[in-house]
This record gives sequence, C-alpha cells and structure tokens, in this order.
Amino acid sequence: MIYEPSMLAIVVFVTFVGLTLGLSFYLGGRAKSSAGYFAAHGQIPWFVNGVAFAGDYLSAASFLGICGMIAFSGYDGFLYSIGYLAGWVVALFVIAEPMKRLGKFTFADALNANFNSRGIQLAAGVSTLAVSVFYLIPQMVGAGVLVQPLLGFDHWVGVVIVGAVVILIVVTAGMVSTTWVQFLKGSLLVLFSALLTVLIFQRGFEEKAGGNDGHEFTMIPLAGRNAIDVELAEAGYELQEIEESWAQKSYLKLKPSHSNEILLVKSLTSEETGEQVLMECQTVVESNTGQTYYNGKLKGGPDGNDKSAQLHPVGHIRRLSDGQKSTGALGPLSFFRQLSDSSLILWRKDSLVNAAGEKVDVYFPKLVRGSQVLRPGEGKFAGIRQQEFLPKLNFLSLMIALFCGTASLPHILIRYYTVKDAAAARKSTIVGITTIGFFYVLTLYIGLGAMTSGAMDVTDDNMSAPLLARSINEWLFAMISAIAFTTVLGTVSGLILASAGAVAHDILKNVVGLALTDHEQVRVAKLASVFVGIIAIVLGIAFENMNVSYLVGWAFSVAASANLPALVMLLFWKKTTRQGIIASVIIGMVSSLAWILLSSDTFSQVYDMPRPEWLGQIVPFSQPGIVTIPLSFVVLFVVSMATQPKHHAAKPDAS
Amino acid sequence: MSDSSQVANSRLGIRFFLLYSVFYFGFVFVSAFAAQWSEWMIFPGINLAVAWGFALIGLAVLLSAIYGMSCKSDTSEPPHKGEGQ
Repeated sequence: MIYEPSMLAIVVFVTFVGLTLGLSFYLGGRAKSSAGYFAAHGQIPWFVNGVAFAGDYLSAASFLGICGMIAFSGYDGFLYSIGYLAGWVVALFVIAEPMKRLGKFTFADALNANFNSRGIQLAAGVSTLAVSVFYLIPQMVGAGVLVQPLLGFDHWVGVVIVGAVVILIVVTAGMVSTTWVQFLKGSLLVLFSALLTVLIFQRGFEEKAGGNDGHEFTMIPLAGRNAIDVELAEAGYELQEIEESWAQKSYLKLKPSHSNEILLVKSLTSEETGEQVLMECQTVVESNTGQTYYNGKLKGGPDGNDKSAQLHPVGHIRRLSDGQKSTGALGPLSFFRQLSDSSLILWRKDSLVNAAGEKVDVYFPKLVRGSQVLRPGEGKFAGIRQQEFLPKLNFLSLMIALFCGTASLPHILIRYYTVKDAAAARKSTIVGITTIGFFYVLTLYIGLGAMTSGAMDVTDDNMSAPLLARSINEWLFAMISAIAFTTVLGTVSGLILASAGAVAHDILKNVVGLALTDHEQVRVAKLASVFVGIIAIVLGIAFENMNVSYLVGWAFSVAASANLPALVMLLFWKKTTRQGIIASVIIGMVSSLAWILLSSDTFSQVYDMPRPEWLGQIVPFSQPGIVTIPLSFVVLFVVSMATQPKHHAAKPDAS
Repeated sequence: MSDSSQVANSRLGIRFFLLYSVFYFGFVFVSAFAAQWSEWMIFPGINLAVAWGFALIGLAVLLSAIYGMSCKSDTSEPPHKGEGQ
C-alpha cells in the first residue's frame, strides 16, 4: 500500500506543530506595537533573517512540487529550481538595499516613499493581496496532500488544519514568531534534504520489474512475425473486446490464461530497442454511482474495509548498464552516469470514457533511456522539442517570470524590514541565496531518487519526496513529512502576514484614512489574517489536483507583472510619476490575471471544460510574463511621460 | 550609508546582475530553441543541461559572496530616502 497512516509520523507531526505553536505563544508578547507585529522592530539578526528567507521562500512548491515534477518528468522540474534561484540575483543586486532604505512595513510603503499617494497605497495593497492569495493556493494544496498519507485524513482536512494553525501563529505573534518558525523550518528542511540525498547515494540503483509492493508490471514484447492474437496466445494471453476509442489510442484488453482478471495494456515502441511492446496500465474509474475503482477493484472492497484495492506504487529502473542488477553506493557524479546509461519507466496519463459513459483515468508506462530524463523537454516542457514556436515562447515566458518574480513577492519583500539596516538586508540575502541554492541542487537528486524509488503514487506527483523518504525508512518519512508540513506553515504565515499588512496598514489606514491607533492597527491586521486564512482554506480545497509548483509559477507571473516594473523604474528612472506607478501596477496585475484565467491550462486543469477556439487567438499560450511584464513597463513609461510635472519640462534634466 | 557608497554598491550590483542575466538567458534560449545542444555530454553522465543548471546555481552563490565582500557598508549613518525620483 502506498498510503498507510503511521503512528510514528503522527507523533512527530503533532510534536512539530505543538513546538511551532508553543514558540508562537512564547514570542507573542514581543508584538504589541505595529512595528513589532509587521517588522519585528527591525531587530532580527541578519543570519537568522537569511535562513528565514530560505524558510519563507522554500515553500511547498519547492519541496513537494519541484521534487514531484522531477520525479515524473525529469530535468523539466529542475528548470523551476534554476528559475526560482535566479530570481534571487535580481533581489540581491537590484532590490535589496533600496527596498530597505525606502520602506517601513510593506511593499506599498517603498513604492510610495517619495509620493505620499493614496492611489499608490491602494494599487500596491491590492496587488499584494492578489499575489499573496495566488501564492497561498499551492501552499494549502500542499498541506492537504501531506496530511492524507500522514494522518489518513482527506485532503480538505489537511487544508483546514494548516489554515487553523497558521491563523493561530499569525494572530498570536506576527513577524517575530513567523521569523523564528521560518528560521527553524528552513534549517531543518535543508538539513534533512541533505540527509535524504546522502541516503539516496548510499542506496544506489536497483533493477526491478515494478514498485515496492512486489507487483511486477506485465511487459510483453511483440516480435511481429505472426498476427497479434497468435503471438499473445503463445505468451499465454487471450485478446478481449475493447471500446473503439480506446483501441484508437493503442490500448488492448487481455485475459491471462492463469487468471480471470482482465489486464489493460498499451502498445508502445520501446525507446530502448525500437521493438513493439505491450505494457500493463493502471486505471482509476469514477463510476456513475459515485464509487471509485482502482485497477477494476472497488475502493475499500464490498464491506468498505478491504485495503488491498489500491494502485501499485511506481517508479523503477528497468535495466541498468553493463548487465548489473544493482549499483551499490554512488557519488554525486556517478549517480548521473549510472542513471544516464540505464533505462527506466515513466508514467503518463490518458483520460478516457468507458462503455458505461464513466470517466476513466488510465496511467500508462513509458520506457525511456536515462539520458532522456536528464535533458530539458521530456515532460512538462515537451513543447520545446517540437517545431511549433508557441510552446517555446510559453517556456521562455515562464522563465522570465521566475527570474523577475522573486524580487516582487510581497512576503519576501517585507522581510527586508525585519533587519536593522541596508547592510544587514544585503547580508541576509546572501545567506538566503547560499541556503536556497544548496537546497535547489539537492532537489535534482531527490526528484531522480524518487523517480527510481518504486514508491511513488502514480496519481499524485506532489507526494513523491515524502514517499521516497518512506521507501528508505519510517523515521525519515515521519521527519520529512513533518518538516514539509512546517514548510507550509512557515510560508503561509509569511503570506498571511503580508496580506494582513496590505489590508490594515496600506488600505484601511493609508487609503480609507481610518484613524487607527498603533494598537488598533495590529488588531485589524489580526482580523484580516483570519479573513485571508479562511479564503486560503477554501481555495486550497478547490485546487486539490494541480501541481503546486505549476501554481506558484502563475503567482510569480502576477508578481513580476504587477510589482517589478514599478519598483525598478522607481529606483532607476527619475521621471517616474505617481500616475505611472499606479497605472503600471494595475495594468500588470489585471493583464496577468486575465491571461492566466483565460489560458488553455486553466480551462483544462481548473475549469475542466474545453476552451472556446477564439480565445486561442487572444491568449495563445498559458504563461503571461513575456507579454505582461513588458506591457507594465511600457504603461509606466507612457503614463509617466504624459503626467510629468510642469517644472520638469522647464528645466534641463538633472540626470 | 553615504551616497557614494550607495552609488558604488548599486553599480556593482547592476554589473553582476547583467553578467548573471547573460548566463541565465543563454541557458534559457538554448533550452528553448536548441534543446538538442543540452544533451551534449561534458563528462560521462553529465550533459550540458545538468552542468549549466548547476553552474547557474553556483554562479549565483559565488557572485553574491563577492558582492557581499566588495560592498561598502557604513551602518552608522541614518536611513536615507534618496533613491528614485
């Protein structure tokens, strides 16, 4: 069984959550004023702040999403690691020091430093809310994903637990406790990921015919000398009738001579030998009566207690190089060499309908060479290996958004206000880059280790890293799952705090003009935290089935389009005006959100409906950054030029 | 921090940013438009994609360390709001 509640994991998990909450209550007394609540009085030591940067940034998307994407797609998932880290270069070299000098509590403070404009406060406050909520979705999805195997609860229960705990953390003590939670979580995540990587090296690779439950997937090579039914009869199988639409996609149903169970196979060409091979598939059927069937067996059995009706865990090396059966311990370089020379099984999904009109998800294996999973374009970004231009543009657009997005994420930007000066902001960013960079190197090993672990859930790539840990030992699984859960807590705390700051400080105090005392401002921020937390819970349940890293990619696009152009132009172009900044933030935010909501990916993965063809003319690819970031720059330039103060025209340019 | 320190730090930061951008977008363009190049084996088992990806992470860490050591700091002066307009 892939998922089995573990008492050890539950104990470790409850201990972690208890310690986190205890820390929050202990530090609660230090956040009575707004300066304490939003910015920890600027007294966080730079090293702690640097590791907290890592704790804040290395979210569920980094740990669960990237590792899962690498486990199912190979190198394509690692492209996210590269993009996420590259964004820190923009943050350090361009944004860090000026951001610290200009601002006080929030991103809007920095944008508004020279203008004292309600419009800027409102636009930046709303943009902060939009980006934070978008970023919250994958974190909550990740929480639900973790709780399912850990505690045996449904996905929605995990989302509600995280929401409730985080609301408690943020309401209790604000930035001080959030920082220390992020510091601890960042340290533990990197340490245990390094340990996991060492254990992957020690285990090496092993040749197998299936996953860790002992099931060997059927693989029937066809020589092509006789008719297929004759060859199958020789191999001990009888061909069964199958729906026409299934046959068109190369599926066959077989009845083994030794069993009454019907086997679904797919006819594929082996990448290894070029021969025709029939490979066993796995199915999940949602019946018309609302029941779920795994590989033809009713989930839970007729009495509801049968735990054998499960999908088989996947992810194995089919053949090692030089006739080896196992490699023994490997090093960081020999790991790649052995993998590159092996052949392994990746799994892909087809959505079909059976004769009864029921939706059937078919998971079919694909035999690939190891060198294929170490190159870009094998999974998520398969489009870059096609002739068409748009998939390449889509990829380019994502990588631009990742590069520009980090330095515009509100929950990252507010961390510049928790240290005492610009030099401390710079030093903490360097510590952050080093910690995060080290972790992202590990993601490639962890993802590939999961790919060959025989432990993965074919329906859910987000669980690959914890399941990899479980395949090594139960203690590691308990620790990694608890750390991953704390990872979600740390990041969600930061996001909710950024949102609360936007509501209480930017919008209600500075825009609406509510005369709030310092104490009242903190109280309003706490109420806002509860409200945003509830929104996050609802969205986390609604977006259950999406890869968390993919969702974060969208949040980066919105942040990069709405916030970065205004921030960069404010710092480096003296003619930037108040109106230019407002227009740029609004156009960047609205255009990127609209693009995402109208994209083909959203229609297929969120709305689950076909997209009208005419929309393809307006939004031809899914990632908005390559269009909306330049658009936001252009809008700022044009509006600023059109709204120059008169005295600017009268005197020569000071620059 | 004095204005001259700020300007010097900012100039250095922009230079490093541009240097890194060349390496990053070089990698992105090769991946997008000449993906077959990334399969070129630099060492046994290490292709260009893996090597370049690790190098980008290493370069970010290296440049940030050099930047940190080279920047001028004077933390005794009060915060300044002189950037931008």
